[in-house]
Amino acid sequence: MMPALRIRDLKVSIRTDAGLAQILDGIGLTLQPGRILGVVGESGCGKSTLLRTIMGILPPDAQIDAGEIMLQGEDLLAFSEAELNATVRASRIGFIPQDPYLALNPVFTIGTQLLEVMRWHAPADGLKGAARRRRHTEKLVSLLRRMQLPDPEGALHRYPHQFSGGQRQRLAIAAALACNPPLVIADEPTTALDVTTQAQTLALLRELTEEFALSMLFVTHDLGVVAELCDDLCVIYAGQSVEAGSAAQVIDSPSHPYTRALIGCHPDRAAGFVGIPGSVPSPLAAPQGCRYAPRCSSATTACTRRGPLKLGAEEDRFINCRLFE
Amino acid sequence: MTAPLLELRGLSVSLGGSSGFLRRKTASIRAVNDIDLQLHEGEIFGVVGESGCGKTTLARTILGLQRETAGEILLRGGNVGGRSPERARLARRDIQYVHQDAAAALDPWWSVGATLEEGLQIHAIGARAGRSGQVDAMLLAVGLDASVRGRYPHELSGGQLRRVALARILLLQPSIVILDEPTAGLDMSVQATVLNLLLELRRRLALTYVFISHDISVVERLADRVAVMYLGRVVETAPTADLFAHPKHPYTQALLASAPRLVVGRRAALPIQGDPPSHARVHVGCAFQERCVHAEARCSVEAPLLRATAPGHLVACHLANSSNPVASSRVGQLMPSHIA
Amino acid sequence: MLFLRRFSRDVPAMVGLAIVVLVLLVAVLGPLLAPYPADVSASHLARRLKPPSAAYPFGTDNLGRDVLSRVILGARGALTVSLVVVSLAMTIGIPLGLVAGYRGGWMSEGIMRITDAVLALPQLVLALALAQLMSPSLESAMLALALTYWPFFTRIVYAETRRLKSSLFVDALAGIGAGTARIVFLHVLPNTISPIIVRATIGLGFTILTAAVLGFLGMGAAPPAPDWGLSIAQSRSYLPAAWWYATFPGLAILLTVMGFNLLGDGLRDIVDPRLRRSR
Repeated sequence: MMPALRIRDLKVSIRTDAGLAQILDGIGLTLQPGRILGVVGESGCGKSTLLRTIMGILPPDAQIDAGEIMLQGEDLLAFSEAELNATVRASRIGFIPQDPYLALNPVFTIGTQLLEVMRWHAPADGLKGAARRRRHTEKLVSLLRRMQLPDPEGALHRYPHQFSGGQRQRLAIAAALACNPPLVIADEPTTALDVTTQAQTLALLRELTEEFALSMLFVTHDLGVVAELCDDLCVIYAGQSVEAGSAAQVIDSPSHPYTRALIGCHPDRAAGFVGIPGSVPSPLAAPQGCRYAPRCSSATTACTRRGPLKLGAEEDRFINCRLFE
Repeated sequence: MTAPLLELRGLSVSLGGSSGFLRRKTASIRAVNDIDLQLHEGEIFGVVGESGCGKTTLARTILGLQRETAGEILLRGGNVGGRSPERARLARRDIQYVHQDAAAALDPWWSVGATLEEGLQIHAIGARAGRSGQVDAMLLAVGLDASVRGRYPHELSGGQLRRVALARILLLQPSIVILDEPTAGLDMSVQATVLNLLLELRRRLALTYVFISHDISVVERLADRVAVMYLGRVVETAPTADLFAHPKHPYTQALLASAPRLVVGRRAALPIQGDPPSHARVHVGCAFQERCVHAEARCSVEAPLLRATAPGHLVACHLANSSNPVASSRVGQLMPSHIA
Repeated sequence: MLFLRRFSRDVPAMVGLAIVVLVLLVAVLGPLLAPYPADVSASHLARRLKPPSAAYPFGTDNLGRDVLSRVILGARGALTVSLVVVSLAMTIGIPLGLVAGYRGGWMSEGIMRITDAVLALPQLVLALALAQLMSPSLESAMLALALTYWPFFTRIVYAETRRLKSSLFVDALAGIGAGTARIVFLHVLPNTISPIIVRATIGLGFTILTAAVLGFLGMGAAPPAPDWGLSIAQSRSYLPAAWWYATFPGLAILLTVMGFNLLGDGLRDIVDPRLRRSR
């Protein structure tokens, strides 16, 4: 079966005042259709650059040095800006932002903004003008009802600030799903929410992936959320994919030294609170080879001389570490 | 048992309610409502709850920055309540507070060294000449290099800023430290080192912590006792192990079930519905009744009071009683099927 | 450091800085640079109203004085006036802003309503009225300008103080027991410095212009001072024939005011909070 999204050996650098920063240095991940893939990493690991690269919204001083991003077999990097707008954004990739308040325009009603997006990107079923608008409105209302928003018809005429935080996040989810994309990318959508609201939102996301046959890329730093929500997991560190596999494989029996250390830091697992000595290397002066090597207790000279190795040819499960040669 | 280090009796705080010159009158809200708590020497007391539950107001009131509307605050048995913020801070030097957002809690124009020495100046601790040595020693104690003295807040990382904020407070030699979300916004690996540091400092300096957090996992690992707050009230308080094994208040159960844990494939049973409530409305009866699956007629009439169901385990719920808890199963795997 | 680098890339701001430095040098070294330093008061009726030439690059005025020398010598006066006015305005405006912003209550309301009332009147009209009330002299002009410029500082400091008062670091200071005076003068005030510097820089340029207008209307410097505004006023009777007489003092005013404004705008850009955050 063709993966919903497959990224191979992606390298992205950004020109800064202080020189060329290699932000992504070999990211690989595979999202199988119908599954939720958690992308986990600490700050500075390149999560947001990865998201921007997939969405095609890198800043002008960034460049893609290598790699491919295959969306159902088509390389997104070969698409022009106009093609991305016409055929990919919203219609094939939906996006759920971390802070829905930033994604919703405060001066327009929910209906105005979402119907505008649908007008451009949602299937029109051959309808035009008022008929199409009616169809889209019906669809949006049923979607908002599915999001358990009270009074979905009325919600169309309200402004973003008239909703609570949890409701706004559900509006943002509805916005991402409005144009029937098969793939949804979520950027830490529950970080700003309270614990009980977060649990509601996670339960909703899981139900929606089944109902709408979605594949979801869920970016987060919270291992607990990943454990509850995700089927598969890809850990990234300093712009490199470190370990990937099913959630159970990675969380219950982590292999890569970084994954082991990271999971060992979680209060549910930690024997004592040790942490990981050292800090994430600056992308301006990243070490050669495996970027975790300077903090790794099992590192040998081989780790710094050559790049880390992939284990096996299987894309769904890999450990990028020389210890597993 | 020895006398409590800090005791709150019927503490209530109303916020807002201004009626200034040419300004619209606004109604006040009860951010903290009739709280009784005892804090014992050397313990870590966890306070959990969602946004708007009053944890931060409670902390600011204990500290003295917020004046209480009613109730008493006793520090080592002596009444230190009913004072203006500036005088309250003098009487409660023993209590210090570490802000959640360490970056914003430091003056961007002051170097780390100057910020740390300032506290010593204000409280006239030590001789002027010895202060820089004291600062260096404290920086070392919180795991920072003395070279940090000359740096400015924007040059430091999140973990380093936490350590600076902690060093600033500890230089004042408090016995109670209120930690407001000390790990929020930190990466997991940094969080672990900060928690480790907190434990080590507590041992070395004989500190008592009030640990405010929304991270249930951290509280479970760290705290000796926990209070759960909902809409300005403490709804349940118990020793940590007891609370996590036998949560009795329906809200505590829901909160513990909702918290993400590092257990693969655990599907939290139906989480509670609705949003955390607002203070704007006046609640008659139990504040949690609207979201509570077990609510009965009397919950909407009579506000439940905290009462002991087991030694040290207090619950504010009509339906919880000592012989027949609402649910005694470990929440997370199961939700209560019914109320006995 | 990023500050300086960003600033050095801002071409208009650098031009402004260059002009301001040039004007400052001219003001300090005036008597050394001027070809005829004695022409402040001397008159040479034999060579009156000569057009620009090698000996007199900017020509001579109605009393035969070298216009170039008088423009150079006028710089010191113009800068002195603006520095005195702006410092005086800051001395009045900043404490008022701090008090109003930090204290709140009726005192704050009172201060801010007076500030708004003064701001609502056109500054020049107010300055003219005040200068008219006092005897027309340079001192009264300066006082009048200062009395009309302080509300700008009060407004800025008030807004910043209000913002800082509710900031977390002020809360943290109160938490460790810092007194109000310490918080206001050692913490709040330094944090308001950036917008004050910007406003002061723009104010310097603006005051030079207003002082010139007052001088032009006879409410400021008295002859024979080499005041730029006064020179333009005196040159009116000889226009358009003796165009140089009015043009060069006018250009001096234009250049100086522009220099301060460009510099102020550049400074405003780098102290913009959105840019500061990305440091």
